[in-house]
Amino acid sequence: MDFFSDSLRTAFELIVSHDLDVISAVQVSIIVSICSTVIATLFGVPVGVAIAVTEFPGKRAIITLLNTLMALPTVVVGLFVYSLLSRQGPLGGFGLLFTPRAMIIGQTLLAIPIITNITMSALKGADTRIIPTAQTLGATHLESMLQLVIEMRFGIMAAVIAGFGRVIAEVGVAMMLGGNIRGFTRTMTTAIAMETGKGEFAQGLALGLILMGVALTVNMALNVLQQR
Amino acid sequence: MILVTQVISWLIVVGLFTTTAHADTRLKMSTTTSTQDSGLLKVLLPPFEKANNCKVDVIAVGTGQALKSGESGDVDVVFVHARTMEDKFVADGFGVNRRDVMYNDFVIIGPKNDPAGIASAKSAAEALKLIAARQATFVSRGDKSGTHTKERELWKLAGVEPKAAWYLEAGQGMGPVITMATESRAYTLTDRGTYNAFKGAKTDLAILFQGEKGLFNPYGIIAVNPKKFPHAQFDLATKLIDYITGPEGQRIISAFKAHGEPVFFIYRK
Repeated sequence: MDFFSDSLRTAFELIVSHDLDVISAVQVSIIVSICSTVIATLFGVPVGVAIAVTEFPGKRAIITLLNTLMALPTVVVGLFVYSLLSRQGPLGGFGLLFTPRAMIIGQTLLAIPIITNITMSALKGADTRIIPTAQTLGATHLESMLQLVIEMRFGIMAAVIAGFGRVIAEVGVAMMLGGNIRGFTRTMTTAIAMETGKGEFAQGLALGLILMGVALTVNMALNVLQQR
Repeated sequence: MILVTQVISWLIVVGLFTTTAHADTRLKMSTTTSTQDSGLLKVLLPPFEKANNCKVDVIAVGTGQALKSGESGDVDVVFVHARTMEDKFVADGFGVNRRDVMYNDFVIIGPKNDPAGIASAKSAAEALKLIAARQATFVSRGDKSGTHTKERELWKLAGVEPKAAWYLEAGQGMGPVITMATESRAYTLTDRGTYNAFKGAKTDLAILFQGEKGLFNPYGIIAVNPKKFPHAQFDLATKLIDYITGPEGQRIISAFKAHGEPVFFIYRK
């Protein structure tokens, strides 16, 4: 059986036929991944900058912790958030389990260590003298930090792209917290896992190709933004 | 920079909208993979959703996990196939109003040349005994699903404790297990519905043992106990149960075919 040519043809057919299930899975994937990447960026970038430009006891320990968290398996994050969001868990009253919002929470936790870490590494190579320089020019502490971030935007963009890549490609959190509900929490990756389980390898691989196309489009858009 | 902020804020608005817009009536149902993978739910649920202006969120997992999410109150209704586990679920107070929905049967499939010679076995237990004696490869679900529970019962009947290199515990759903068994020329126990969906293009394994009473595979539906979980949507769950076990639901189930063959059978009343 030639899975690959089969799946190429299936992918093409799915795209031209505007298959509603595929469109919905692409939408859910993109919306959930972008929301979690944005939230993780809003948290991770400031924290990464703060860790990079300040010296404090225990800094090395925090860096080691962040490095370790980057290796966290997605199912572990999924299981952890599941235990919080389940009706039996402390946040059960919100009824968030098996909704896109549960997936956003899990994926945000996945992306934060990566975005923080890469932001931090990017700033390591930066000339931090920009901060005192800006301050002598009358900038407040916050303004001078912002200047540094603007200066380091390429490194930070790399952090955001890596975070996005991690969440759009993962299946553990999406499956466990979303439940793979058709038209609601089914993402590209959970759909691929399901099709594979059903033995529909060509269909699964076709969805994989479409996912690559989506990731390519998003990255090209980010690339255009970066050039500005 | 302004463009970036605009794009991002637009996406967040869209994101929040799409994630909250569905907050209207949603009934959560955990079920076994066979009801979803066979395609039955795709035809069974839409008429109910339309009539009651709601959405049924299907979470398809193994029966063990499906009952677990009922025990923690994370779903409103469970639709599974493991009678002993279902009865325990009700007896422990997690579920109420258990009803029979439909049935099919389990079959033992394996390579056409049948190396362990189980085709002539008198019972399923004897077939497993032959497999063990021959040390022929057997792939087990190993995931506490309804099928796995049935398989454990059969090994017990056979008086064999399968713990050897020829016994592979996959820990996966029915589909992946049939694929594994196909690739490793092994035997496995499967429900007829999933096997029917696989036979031909996806597997060349054949049914080698079938038709015993003990291989009966009944499906039941249970509402999560509202006394235990006040947030559970008991009224809608009851409506769904009435629909599935009522004339319209039963008609759809008995008319449902995969590859031209019926997958599930209803009880004659």
